[in-house]
Amino acid sequence: MPTYRSHVLVCGGTGCVSSGSLKLQENLKAELVKKKLDKEILVVQTGCHGMCEAGPIVVVYPEGTFYTRVQPEDAAEIVEEHLFKGRVVKRLLHREEVTAEAVAHYNELPFYSKQHRITLKNCGYINPDNIDEYIGRDGYQGLAKALLEMTPDDVINEIKASGLRGRGGGGFPTGMKWEFCKKSVSDKKYTICNADEGDPGAFMDRSLLEGDPHCVLEGMAIGAYAMGADEGYIYCRAEYPLAIKRLKAAIAQAESYGLLGKNIMGTNFSFELHVKEGAGAFVCGEETALMASIEGERGMPRPRPPFPANKGLWGKPSNINNVETWGNVPQIIFNGGAWYAALGTEKSKGTKVFALTGKVKNTGLVEVPMGTTIREVVFDIGGGIIDDKKFKAVQIGGPSGGCLTEEHLDLPISYESLTAAGAIMGSGGLVVVDEETCMVDLAKFFLEFTQAESCGKCVPCREGTKKMLDILTRITEGNGKPGDIEKLEYLGTQVKEASLCGLGQTAPNPVLTTIRYFRDEYEAHINDKKCPAGACLALTNYVIDPGKCIGCTKCARICPVGAITGEIKKPHVIDTEKCVKCGACAEACPVKAIARR
Amino acid sequence: MKITSLEDLRKIKASATDQTSARSEGKTRIIIGLGTCGIAAGARAVMEAVLEELGKRGLKDVSVEGTGCIGMCQQEPLLDVIRPGEPRITYGRVTVQDVPRIVTEHLVNGRIVEDRLIGRAD
Repeated sequence: MPTYRSHVLVCGGTGCVSSGSLKLQENLKAELVKKKLDKEILVVQTGCHGMCEAGPIVVVYPEGTFYTRVQPEDAAEIVEEHLFKGRVVKRLLHREEVTAEAVAHYNELPFYSKQHRITLKNCGYINPDNIDEYIGRDGYQGLAKALLEMTPDDVINEIKASGLRGRGGGGFPTGMKWEFCKKSVSDKKYTICNADEGDPGAFMDRSLLEGDPHCVLEGMAIGAYAMGADEGYIYCRAEYPLAIKRLKAAIAQAESYGLLGKNIMGTNFSFELHVKEGAGAFVCGEETALMASIEGERGMPRPRPPFPANKGLWGKPSNINNVETWGNVPQIIFNGGAWYAALGTEKSKGTKVFALTGKVKNTGLVEVPMGTTIREVVFDIGGGIIDDKKFKAVQIGGPSGGCLTEEHLDLPISYESLTAAGAIMGSGGLVVVDEETCMVDLAKFFLEFTQAESCGKCVPCREGTKKMLDILTRITEGNGKPGDIEKLEYLGTQVKEASLCGLGQTAPNPVLTTIRYFRDEYEAHINDKKCPAGACLALTNYVIDPGKCIGCTKCARICPVGAITGEIKKPHVIDTEKCVKCGACAEACPVKAIARR
Repeated sequence: MKITSLEDLRKIKASATDQTSARSEGKTRIIIGLGTCGIAAGARAVMEAVLEELGKRGLKDVSVEGTGCIGMCQQEPLLDVIRPGEPRITYGRVTVQDVPRIVTEHLVNGRIVEDRLIGRAD
């Protein structure tokens, strides 16, 4: 076996692949061959590093040099300068957003140094297509410990001791859920992994499946042993082709090692795992709809009880956990529940992965211990708001969650604190919103999503979200009526209480929380016909600032409807009656004198 | 191959840890000057010899890095050894023949090879 003096890790997550990392890998390999370095330097494809907006990401070991935004044509320079001559390519180093200084090393970046990576410990470090690398990082040791040294009850007690709670959003204690399923008597049981991640802006589960698929397989095998199941399904949406490909490869490798399949590790425990591709309906993330979909039925929820632990897939006791929950299990068993419980708050233990997106400088995948404040996530790790605009709110938990404002910045993140503030932990989407985002419009965006994804089985969700969306649409178009806010509150509460499944029960949350914290914005839309953020097209007009305008006539020439008039070198004006609000003038203006108000 | 015991799993783990050892930090570092001056003086051959010697001796906890010119071109090829917690030792005019001696004496036995020593820095 050759000893490679250097490993060049190239991110192969979906984000970096879309910005060209596959071509980059090819070029790197070709350049290494050209320089006759291919026997001493290894190019490795890894999973997501989390800093997706700065991709493609390349890390060169042993130095740990961190390159970002590396283009395929940069391969030659990296090979020639760094790998052949040993000189760091300064041009490609990551520039810290806050200080604009180049940072050479992975662990010196605030984005990483302030995170605490447990679930994501292998993401971006190992080659997800190579089971040996996973084993090299203590992989399958948890399963070995469970099978060879622990009884199923021991395993459940360890999970209970860890305090692990459902990471899909519900936050139900995992150990208890397992115990219910274990106590159910049946000849056949199933474990299921919910990988139907569908929230707009959420990509935690995808990244974990792509970057470290084995941790999910191992977690599911441990769970199956504890609950007495011998078959499992991973329900993954078909929009995640790379995740599905890596999962299938990982299952095949684990089977060839005897870590899945019959008589695992020589014991009499057997566990067979399948991947089921979902067609992309949001409601199929709801557990009963998900199971119906696996069975080949239409993906619609049904009332509970009976709970899946008693009557689940094909009427047999089943346990459903989310990707991140399963991913935590191997390390909890290997290191012990107490180790995990040492992190986090009193009632929310361990870490949580968030997909940080929106108007924040460092978007990407962030794992922090429970109890970390929103300020730390948005400003320390996220680097603050783009263009240093004013922070307005974060939408946490996607379309099922709610918004939190400046007053919540120092709120420690936990299941309880978020629920108390009117939001939910959710699966981990964290969308940052700045002063230029209209909260009514934001609520409308999320409701448009849930309304379209409503399966239509129960009336409150089907009709209620439709009516709510109608009202929101009319408010943003300047046709809001007095009493609309109260109507939204009434309808929202009804939909929440009367809907059959989690989709309807949480769909009004974005509307209700934005009303709670930004009622004045709703009132301004309805009463003054104004959008304070300047985002709602119908309520704003393009105006030229006469102080800034230099009279270059560019805007008048580009306007498609001839709404702009004025003399050369004198301030121009827009006729708001004629204006179609296309925005061409604002884009063309060389001095940024045109704004929407 | 089927894994049927903890022993099997540990064996794969050990070999995988070796394969990925270049990615771990906090090890003995060998740094070789690979500027134009170094390469002209034969640094590439020295580096290849180092890799070969490390492989032969099964030394996995050593990282081999390249660096640019540090200005002492007449002394190239330059080879630095940094053992954790010890000063940085610089050897000059290192030849392929010197490599096994440096690896054996310095890396394995912890004794500096005085006749090639040109500097030490804390």
